[in-house]
Amino acid sequence: MAPKSPQSRRKKPTPGKKKRKPVLPANEEEEPVNMESMGHPEIYPLVLTTKTQEIFNCRIDEDFTDEMPYKIIKKEDIFEDLRNRAAVSDFHPVKKVIQEYPGNELLLVYDKDFKYGLNFYIIGTEEGKENYLNASEVQEDQEEYKEFIPEEIYTYIPPVSKPWVSLGSEKEIEEESVKKSTKQVTYMISRKRSEFGAPITFRDQNASSVKDAYIECTAYPDKNFTLKQLEKNVGMQAVPQVQDTSTQTKWTYPKNASTQYYAREFSEEEKERLGQSKSLTDFLNNVSTSVEIALQQNEITNLFIDDWKSLAEEEGTFGDKTNTHLKEYQSFTDLHSQMEKMITCVSWHPTIYGLIVVSVAVRLSFEERVHFSGRLLLQPSLILFWSFSDPIHPQLMLESPDDIFCFKFCPSDPNIIAGGCINGQIVLWDITTYADRIESTKADGGGNKKTTLKPMFLLEPDGNKEATYIRHCAVSSIESGHRSVITDIHWLADTFEINRFGSVFENRNEICCQLVTCSADCTICFWDIRPLKTLTPTLPTEKKKEESIEIPFDVPSTFLHLDLSWKPLTRIKLSKGETNLDHCPTKISLSEEQLLYKISDKLLDQTKVTEVNLYHNLEAGLANLLKPIDDFCTKFFVGTEEGEVIYTDWKMEKDPDTGRMMAKKPKSLYSVHDGPVHTVQRSPFYNDIILTVGGWNVAIWKEGVMTCCAAKRYTAGHWSLTRPGVFYIGREDGYIDVWDLLEKTHEPAQSQNICITMITYIEPWTFSAKQQFIAIADYYGTLHILEIPWTLSHPSTNEVSSVNYYFEREVKHLEYVEQRRSIREQEKKEMELEMEKRKHKTHHKSKEQMEAELKMDYESYLELEKITLIGLGLAKASETSHMEMM
Amino acid sequence: MTEVEETLKRIQSHKGVIGTMVVNAEGIPIRTTLDNSTTVQYAGLLHQLTIKAKSTIRDIDPQNDLTFLRIRSKKHEIMVAPDKEYLLIVIQNPCE
Repeated sequence: MAPKSPQSRRKKPTPGKKKRKPVLPANEEEEPVNMESMGHPEIYPLVLTTKTQEIFNCRIDEDFTDEMPYKIIKKEDIFEDLRNRAAVSDFHPVKKVIQEYPGNELLLVYDKDFKYGLNFYIIGTEEGKENYLNASEVQEDQEEYKEFIPEEIYTYIPPVSKPWVSLGSEKEIEEESVKKSTKQVTYMISRKRSEFGAPITFRDQNASSVKDAYIECTAYPDKNFTLKQLEKNVGMQAVPQVQDTSTQTKWTYPKNASTQYYAREFSEEEKERLGQSKSLTDFLNNVSTSVEIALQQNEITNLFIDDWKSLAEEEGTFGDKTNTHLKEYQSFTDLHSQMEKMITCVSWHPTIYGLIVVSVAVRLSFEERVHFSGRLLLQPSLILFWSFSDPIHPQLMLESPDDIFCFKFCPSDPNIIAGGCINGQIVLWDITTYADRIESTKADGGGNKKTTLKPMFLLEPDGNKEATYIRHCAVSSIESGHRSVITDIHWLADTFEINRFGSVFENRNEICCQLVTCSADCTICFWDIRPLKTLTPTLPTEKKKEESIEIPFDVPSTFLHLDLSWKPLTRIKLSKGETNLDHCPTKISLSEEQLLYKISDKLLDQTKVTEVNLYHNLEAGLANLLKPIDDFCTKFFVGTEEGEVIYTDWKMEKDPDTGRMMAKKPKSLYSVHDGPVHTVQRSPFYNDIILTVGGWNVAIWKEGVMTCCAAKRYTAGHWSLTRPGVFYIGREDGYIDVWDLLEKTHEPAQSQNICITMITYIEPWTFSAKQQFIAIADYYGTLHILEIPWTLSHPSTNEVSSVNYYFEREVKHLEYVEQRRSIREQEKKEMELEMEKRKHKTHHKSKEQMEAELKMDYESYLELEKITLIGLGLAKASETSHMEMM
Repeated sequence: MTEVEETLKRIQSHKGVIGTMVVNAEGIPIRTTLDNSTTVQYAGLLHQLTIKAKSTIRDIDPQNDLTFLRIRSKKHEIMVAPDKEYLLIVIQNPCE
C-alpha cells in the first residue's frame, strides 16, 4: 500500500547519524495517504472504530444519515483524542493533516459506499470542505432531482474496507522480495576542504623501482611458433661495375674542304700533245727495257708457284677412288595408269631437294594412237612429281589436254611450268598454291635419305598424300600455234626480250617471260606470256559478246589472259631453200647469254620475301620503250630429224624481193648424224662447245668446227654438270655410256647397264658437293635415280684447263687436217697438172704422126673385122686376107 | 707510227699482258689500253702507292731511289716503272 521509498529517502541525507527505524507494517504509517490518485487530494480516508464513533458522536447509523453523511468535528477534540489514546487513536494516521489544518473545524464524512476505500474520510482543506458542503447541498438538490429519474440508476456504493485476512500471500511476498542479505557497507572518505581544487603536481617514477607498481605481460619466445627457414631463394646478378662520367670536349668534325666528283682527265688534244712530247719518248725508252725484262721473267717461269701443292690432288675424297660405277639409288614407276607409258621428259625441281618431275606419254605408234584415240581421250595425260620420300605415290599430278613431250621449269619462278604437247599446244601450269605441299615433302625427304625401298605390301597407302590432279592454267591457241608435236621448249633468259621481228631488247621485268619452242611442223616459235595490248578499241566489245568461260575455282588465274588465245610472238620457218622440204627441228640449243639457268640464292630470297608474285602482275611488264641491246648473239643451234645440225639466226631481215620481214637463211648446216638428233646441248663449262647426239654417233662441236665419235645407236645424252670432260650417253639397249675425254676419246670410258629397254632421257643434277644424282628415264615408263660416284662428279685439278686444251688441240688438229686436205688437194691438182703436162708433151708430136697412127689403127681394125666375119662364116675368105693371115 | 706507239704496242704484245697505261706525275692517264673507269682506278691507286714506296726508300736511305715496283697478286702481276714525270703501269697474267 505505501511505498517505502519516502521512508528510506529521508534517512540518507542526514550526515553522521545512523538511524534505523523499525519497519512499520504496511497499514500504519506516519504520512497520511490522500486520495490524490483518485483526483481528490484533500480527501484522506479514515477508519473509525466504534469507540471513536461514540466519542465523537458519529455513529454510523445514528448520527450519519443519508442526507447528512458528514459531520463537523472540532480540531481540539481530535487533538484531545489523540492525546488520550495516542497511537491507538484512529486519527493517528491523519495527525499531520489535522495539525496543518488551517481552520478549526474539520469535515468528517461517512463513506457508506466505501468510495475511497474506508468507511470515513476527512477532507483536509478548507476549500474542500466548502466544496463538499456546497456539493452536498447540490447533491441534496441533485438527489431531489434524482428522484424524478427512474430507479434503474445505479448508485455507486464505495467499498467498505474489511480487516485484512492473511491468506498466506505475505509469505510469498516475503519470499519474492529482494532483501539485502548483507549489510551495506558504506565508506566515508573525508578530506580537508582546503585541499580541494589545489593545483596538481605530477611526478615521474620509475615503475620498476617500486615493487608491484605495475603488472606486465612479458613476451617470451614460444617454441610452437618459431619457424625455421630451411630454404632461401636468393637472386644474384653479376653486374659490371660501371661508372658514368662525362666530359665536355671540343668537337672537331671533319669538313669537306674541297670535293672532287670526277677523276681528272686530260682532253684529247692534251693527250695528243703529251703523246708527242719528247719527255714521254725519253721516258719510255728508259723504262721499257726494265719492263720488258720483268715481263720476260714472268713468261719464263712463275716464281711463286708452290710445287708441292700443285703436285697433290685434292684431299678428302669420299668413298673409294676405285668406285666408278653409278650406284642405283631409287626408281619410280607410275603404277596406276592403265596403258603402258613411256617417259618423255625428266626435270629436277630447281629448288627443292629430292623432287623430280617426269612427263609421261602413251607408248604407241602413230597408227595405234589413231586407233585408240577414243580410249586415249579418257585418260588424263600427266606430269608427275616424284619425291625421294615416297616411291609409290607421286606428290602432284599436273593434267594436260594431251601427252606432253617436253617441259621446262621457269627459271625465275619454280612454280611455273611450261610444257609442249603432242598436238602442238603449249600448256602452262601454275602450282604456287601447291608449293607448300611439295615443300613439306622436302623435309621428309631430307630425313629419310638413307631408307631403302620397302616391299610393297608393307607400305600402307598414305591417306594424306593423295596426289591431286592439278589442271593446267593456260593452253595456247590451237589454230595459231604449232601444228605438230612440240619437240623442244626453252625459257628465254630474263635479261632480254625480243619483239616481233626478232630484235633484242632489254628486259625490265626481272622475270623470264618468253619461251621458244620448236616443233615437227618445221617452225620455231617464240612466245610471250604477257598479255597483248589490245590494238583496236573494238576488241573489248567483241570480248563481251563471247560467253565468259567458267573456270574451275581451283585453277589459278595467272595466265587466264592466255588461255586458248595464246599466239606466238614470232615464227621462224626452217626452210631448205628453194625446195619445199623443210627442216624438222627436234632440239634447240641457245647460247648461254640466252639461257640463264643458274638459280642463285638471290632468287630464292626474292620468292620468299616479296609477297607480290611477279607472274601475277604480268600486265605491269608491258613497256613500250625498251632499250635495244646491241651485239647480241641471236644465233643458235638446231638439231633436226634428218640428222643435221643447223646454225641459224632468229633475227628477221627484210627480204629484198617482197619487202616483208623474213627469217634469215641458216648460216651453216652439217649433216653428221644418221638418225634424228636427240640432244643438242652446250657444255656448262665452255660457251662454244656443243654436244649433239643422234643416230649412231655423237658429235662434239665448237662453234664453227666439228669432231665426231661413232658407236652404237644413241638415244639420249647429257654433259656432266661438274666435270668438263665427261658426258653421259644413253643407248637403245639400256646401257649408259660414260665418256671421259681425258681418258679415251674414241670410245666410252665405261658402260653400265641400267634397264632392259631404250633410254629416253638423261638428266644429272647436283645437290651438294658430295651428292650428285642422275635421272635416267626409259621407254617402259620407269625413272631410275642413280648416284654418281665421287670420281665421276668431282673434277680433278686443272681439269677445266686440260679439257680446254684438248679441245683446242682438236680444233687445231681439224684445222690441220683441213689444211692438209687442202694441201693434198693442191698437190693432187699439181700432180694431175703434171701428168696432163706430160701427156701434153707426148701428144705434141706432129699431127701427121698422129694421123698415121690413126690410119694404122683403122687398118688393124678392118683386118680384125674380116677375121671375125670369116670366123662367123659370113664372109668369104679372100686371098689377100688369107694370105695376110698366113 | 710514232715511237711511243711502237713501244707501247711491243709491250702490249707480250704474253699474258692484260693492259698497259702511261700516267703523268699527278696520276692522270695519258695513254691506256683498258677502258676508262678501270684506267682511272688503277692510275689513282697506283700513283699513290708509288709515291709512298718512293718516300719509304728515300726515308731509309736518302741516297737511294725507287726504280721499279712489282706487285704480285693471286690473279696477276702489276708492274710500275716510275720516273720524274711519268709512270708506266703494266698488268700481266703470269702464265699458269
